[in-house]
Amino acid sequence: MLSILGISTQQLFQQLLVGLINGSFYALLSLGLAVIFGMLNIVNFAHGALYMMGAFCAFFLLNGVDLPTLHFVGGDGTWAPVVSTVHVSLGISYWWALLLAPLLVGAFGALVERLLLKRLAGLDPLYGLLLTFGLALVIQGVFQNYFGASGEPYPIPKELTGARNLGFMFLPNYRAWVIVFSAIVCFSTWFLIEKTRLGAYLRAATENPTLVRAFGINVPRMITLTYAFGISLAALAGVLAAPIYQVRPAMGADIISVVFAVVVIGGMGSILGSIVTGFALGVIEGLTKVFYPEASNTVVFVIMAIVLLIKPAGLFGRTA
Amino acid sequence: MSQMSPTAEITGHAHSGRDEKIAFVIMAVLLVVAPLPVYPFFLMQALCIALFACAFNLLVGYVGLLSFGHAMFLGSASYVSAHTAKVWGLDPGLAILLGAACSALLGLVTGALAIRRQGIYFAMITLALSQMIYFFCLEAPFTHGEDGIQSVPQGLLLHVFDLSNQTILYYFVLAVFLFGFLVIYRTINSPFGDVLKAIRENEPRAISLGYRVDQYKLAAFVLSAALAGLAGATKAIFAQNASLTDVQFSMSGEVVLMTLLGGMGTIYGPVIGAILIVTMQQYLGQYLGQWVTVIQGSIFVVCVLVLRRGIVGEIAHFFKRSL
Amino acid sequence: MKSTCLSALIASLLLTTAAIADDKIVKLGELDDQSSLYADSGGPGSVLAVNMAVEDSGLRDKGWTIDVISADHLNKPDVAVGIARQWFDVDKVDAIIGVQNSGTALAVAGVVKEKNGVLLVSGAASSDLTGKACTPNTIHWAYDTYALANGTGKAIVKQGGDTWFFITADYAFGHALQRDTTAVVEANGGKVIGAANVPVNTADFSSFLLQAQSSKAKVVGLANAGGDTTNSIKQAAEFGIVAGGQKLAGLLVFISNIHALGLDIAQGLTFTETFYWDMNDGTRAFSKRFSDRMKNHAEPTMVQAGDYASTLDYLKTLEVMGGNPHDGAKVVAKMKELPTDDPLFGKGTIRIDGRKIHPAYLFEVKKPSESKYPWDYYKLLATIPADEAFRPLAQSECPLVKK
Repeated sequence: MLSILGISTQQLFQQLLVGLINGSFYALLSLGLAVIFGMLNIVNFAHGALYMMGAFCAFFLLNGVDLPTLHFVGGDGTWAPVVSTVHVSLGISYWWALLLAPLLVGAFGALVERLLLKRLAGLDPLYGLLLTFGLALVIQGVFQNYFGASGEPYPIPKELTGARNLGFMFLPNYRAWVIVFSAIVCFSTWFLIEKTRLGAYLRAATENPTLVRAFGINVPRMITLTYAFGISLAALAGVLAAPIYQVRPAMGADIISVVFAVVVIGGMGSILGSIVTGFALGVIEGLTKVFYPEASNTVVFVIMAIVLLIKPAGLFGRTA
Repeated sequence: MSQMSPTAEITGHAHSGRDEKIAFVIMAVLLVVAPLPVYPFFLMQALCIALFACAFNLLVGYVGLLSFGHAMFLGSASYVSAHTAKVWGLDPGLAILLGAACSALLGLVTGALAIRRQGIYFAMITLALSQMIYFFCLEAPFTHGEDGIQSVPQGLLLHVFDLSNQTILYYFVLAVFLFGFLVIYRTINSPFGDVLKAIRENEPRAISLGYRVDQYKLAAFVLSAALAGLAGATKAIFAQNASLTDVQFSMSGEVVLMTLLGGMGTIYGPVIGAILIVTMQQYLGQYLGQWVTVIQGSIFVVCVLVLRRGIVGEIAHFFKRSL
Repeated sequence: MKSTCLSALIASLLLTTAAIADDKIVKLGELDDQSSLYADSGGPGSVLAVNMAVEDSGLRDKGWTIDVISADHLNKPDVAVGIARQWFDVDKVDAIIGVQNSGTALAVAGVVKEKNGVLLVSGAASSDLTGKACTPNTIHWAYDTYALANGTGKAIVKQGGDTWFFITADYAFGHALQRDTTAVVEANGGKVIGAANVPVNTADFSSFLLQAQSSKAKVVGLANAGGDTTNSIKQAAEFGIVAGGQKLAGLLVFISNIHALGLDIAQGLTFTETFYWDMNDGTRAFSKRFSDRMKNHAEPTMVQAGDYASTLDYLKTLEVMGGNPHDGAKVVAKMKELPTDDPLFGKGTIRIDGRKIHPAYLFEVKKPSESKYPWDYYKLLATIPADEAFRPLAQSECPLVKK
């Protein structure tokens, strides 16, 4: 068996593959962030919390929700109101959840944009950052109160259970699906924004909203929809994550700082940059776990520091 | 460039230092008698965090740079101070100075990197750098990771003052706080401070006037880091431990919250904000549990939407004074 | 005239000093992880257990005032120390009970000693609590890393699992568990060929599990607890660790973990515990009363049982002493004198180093087909008698043990 620096090639390939899986999540999440920042100049700190909402949404769709109901009990003249919960079982499978969760969470995102972010329109973008940061705390806190921190289990969909023997490792089918699906979604989004008419309108609206408005295009609505789209990408990542990682209220907070580092490295407005950087950094992190595991948490930030020294705008970014 | 602190308009009003000086005397007197009704341990906690918030405010309120990673200065200083006091057996005063010095050094290195960008990019870079420090502290053997450094001895300050005496300890912490506060006050109301404000208002203009803007920004960053480090190092001595909580991202977020709530760009804002938040966490935390996070998030949202000047900022604006 | 005045004065002085010294007021503080990683094995269930012990002691009916307060230490030693300090300085708490998370328990033990209170630990695992970090104020009840290592480690090595790879939670508990298990494995002729240190609360174990797989060790030992254990077992199943021929050793597993995983994934898992709700009539009776009052009708875990039993023993000791002297070391010394007997752990003693001695049991998780009713999860493989279950005094590093 070949050996590079004392680690067998088998181990190397294993960790590369695992790195690609993590990279898929980084890519999807940083894509959503890049879309929102590139189009709207908002740093969406709530991204992690909305990713978590996507995962919980998938959980609710499968297991049902406890809806509070109010009914009256008693007889002989006195009726006392009683609040109890009724369990509504939905049993919506993972496949439908992949479609529905992003739509539902995206709608929530649109609401947030309309009600809250619009008010910050002319101000320093740092206020947008602070607002979304506060929003993330609220969302995470509410979920933590109702679900505790240990999280809920979500099963891997039957069609994707089992593993394939690749010779150098057993690759669980579900994780292979994650890589493939994320790649498809990422490149479709890139295509949509860079190569289609709709994307062209979006990019134009960012550069010169007044002019675009003069052409009769409803710019505020486009902004709301773009924000919702970025959010739905986060929720999609959440649904993908649910079967592998526990569905926990803290899952967004754990991953958000790495995702921000990815976006800074890739270049904050660049769509392609965030996709490529996301996958690449996942792989680099995986490699670090093999050669120097203690540094695996910090390697992304070290790379960010180096990139900032050499090319402050990011690898694919335009100077702001 | 950055209009981050709306109190910029207030300083246009007649800047009579009189109001600030009166407020200082009131604050000092209140703090001197406070340990009688209030649990001193809690007070010391509030003071250290208030100093931390003031140090943070120096950067965001007067230079216009929002750092989202200030916890790295608080935490690393507390680890250095705890380690030198416990393992090297240093005098607590020396341990604190070493902690603050380390933070200043860290501030120099990270500042040099972060100053290259402004606004949001600056915030993101400070966030990422502080995460790096967090993970370093998690892995480094001397910090004992999750367990933290416990049972830090309080020792004899200058071989005379026995810091394990609660009263002496409290007044020592109070002295440190007042010292740090005065340093910030003098910095703001000095020619150096005027240049900083000029940079905040209109950076290109300041450059055109010949000021080496980057050097001024870096100096302010290092000063802010050193004072945050002073707060952290003192915290390690009175609390007798240093842990990951001080270097975690949530601490960075909380200091932003306190300063925003109190009023960015006001001198007393961060103090009020810090006292309010620490009190809420301490006394309401027992009854509200996890709801504290939700409340903090809501305060953020409400402040950004309607209370941008913060509590002290609004009061100052209403009375057209400078606080 | 004068003598009656004098004797009245002396009598009243004696009465007041007696009242100050020994009263019938007890304040208990339950300090645990109420909301995160370990909340299911201790948490709110432990608060209930302590309250049940207070009720069952019958002391309230005999005129005693007993208060129970609780707090969430968020698994952070500094938060726990802050709460403990305030409890002693301001709230006049006498005993702190529970304390999951070894790092936290070790930190709190220092404060309890300083304030001369009582610490009854059932949640934390590190054997250092009765080893080099022992104090005259600490009693370590339910289990510790030595008992777990000795039970599970020995049994697995004897079955042929002689090469080990550890996946270890990177803090006091994980390191203690790895250390104690390594000692047992090596003493029985086995070898540890690798280990991975994993930060607490990690969601993704894939790269560590892959390392364990590549090492070709016969046994993958999970030196972690709570949610970390559940996650690593679940993902081990995904990556086919057991299917590939390796054995999975859960070194600290609670019934709450098995419940979260389900028997499909957890079946065949072997581990050591000192309490199971379905062992005998005594445990069943307690567990029924407990689960009726629990939100999701969960059966008690070893930690919650330990919190109940230790609180009951503490209160019984105070009753024997006739009052609460508010002197922690004194009460703990008395507790070490008296033998213990409760329906949960049976008859036992508390040693000079603060270690509570009772038997340990080796369990295996039943197959889904073998489980006949809710929470029927374990089958008993072996009983380890009390005098073998814990670290012998001769090997103890505790300064209280005179050699």
